[in-house]
Amino acid sequence: MTARIQIPPQAKRGEIVEIRVLIQHAMETGYRHDDVGRLIKRNVIKLFSCRYNGVEVFRADLSSGISANPYLQFCAVAEASGDFEFYWIDDEGRQDSERQSIAVSG
Amino acid sequence: MKRGARLVLAAALAATAFAVGAALAQERAIPPGELKSGSAFLGADLRALQNDDFANPGTLWVERGEKLWSAPAGKDAQSCASCHRDARSSMRGVAAGYPRIDTASGKLSNLEGRINSCRVERMGAEPFRYESEEMLSITAYVARQSRGLPIAASIDGAARAHFDTGRAAYYQRRGQMNLSCAHCHEANWGKRLLSETISQGHPNAYPAYRMEWQTMGSLERRLRACLSGIRAEMLPYGSPDYLDLELFLAWRAQGLPIETPGVRR
Repeated sequence: MTARIQIPPQAKRGEIVEIRVLIQHAMETGYRHDDVGRLIKRNVIKLFSCRYNGVEVFRADLSSGISANPYLQFCAVAEASGDFEFYWIDDEGRQDSERQSIAVSG
Repeated sequence: MKRGARLVLAAALAATAFAVGAALAQERAIPPGELKSGSAFLGADLRALQNDDFANPGTLWVERGEKLWSAPAGKDAQSCASCHRDARSSMRGVAAGYPRIDTASGKLSNLEGRINSCRVERMGAEPFRYESEEMLSITAYVARQSRGLPIAASIDGAARAHFDTGRAAYYQRRGQMNLSCAHCHEANWGKRLLSETISQGHPNAYPAYRMEWQTMGSLERRLRACLSGIRAEMLPYGSPDYLDLELFLAWRAQGLPIETPGVRR
């Protein structure tokens, strides 16, 4: 799974930082049929979570209504230098994670 | 008698000149000043998405293509980068010149065909399948290096015959609806077809991310979608008929900047 995650590398303490996430995933709805009429099993990213220095600051439960290659955008308050950890898992159990650091000054 | 013959000759010359003038005027149904990219027919939200270098979903394929560029393949474990080095400089402007005549084989080739001939003949690797994730990624990456540059496909020399075939195909009525490409994209662009505005049908965004597909697709996939829409026969990917048509489309869009990875409805 290719994913793009963007957080500002630096921020001032107390600043609201924007986090943008784009994950490559077919997000198969579970409502479509294949060429011979069989139902295609649902396979979507069912859980996305973001932890900031070990504390979960954002979580999304995704379902069939979300388009392919989902784009998420949310905010967090920069409190201390450290890591943002991103984790996601789909219905088939495929999971992925990424870590990005932020330097907080002031 | 002599004077009469001269008059006839002069009239014939005038007629020829008029015919040539008319043919040239007909050639470009949409004059360069009126060319509009497909993005001009999008809503503001999709245009913004295309212009957002982070959120544009096509960038996922460009990123994968960047990795493929330097991924070794074939018997000698060569990659694109082994010969072409940094794509950001070596591939700048390359996609803008396609389709073009391949100097080695003398055949017309699009970007997909060129990449596969490189893989098979130079690298000794398996060709990428049309519309495979790999093919879409590598073509998106290469075409991305020409973003902002005007389409400059040449129709000189050996390409001329392909151009003529492509133009004939463009104006050929086909399918159960008995429509040619020109019926929508030249005679009626800017008007509504159900909920959508008909575009001029330019190839400058491809490979592009289409909302309808929920994924990336090549220009040929888009052409097949049009053919399916007018209930005409869809040809297999990479067929020479598509290549000729692609060359005509590139000529028709000469001067429009490349937008790959484009976002389209």
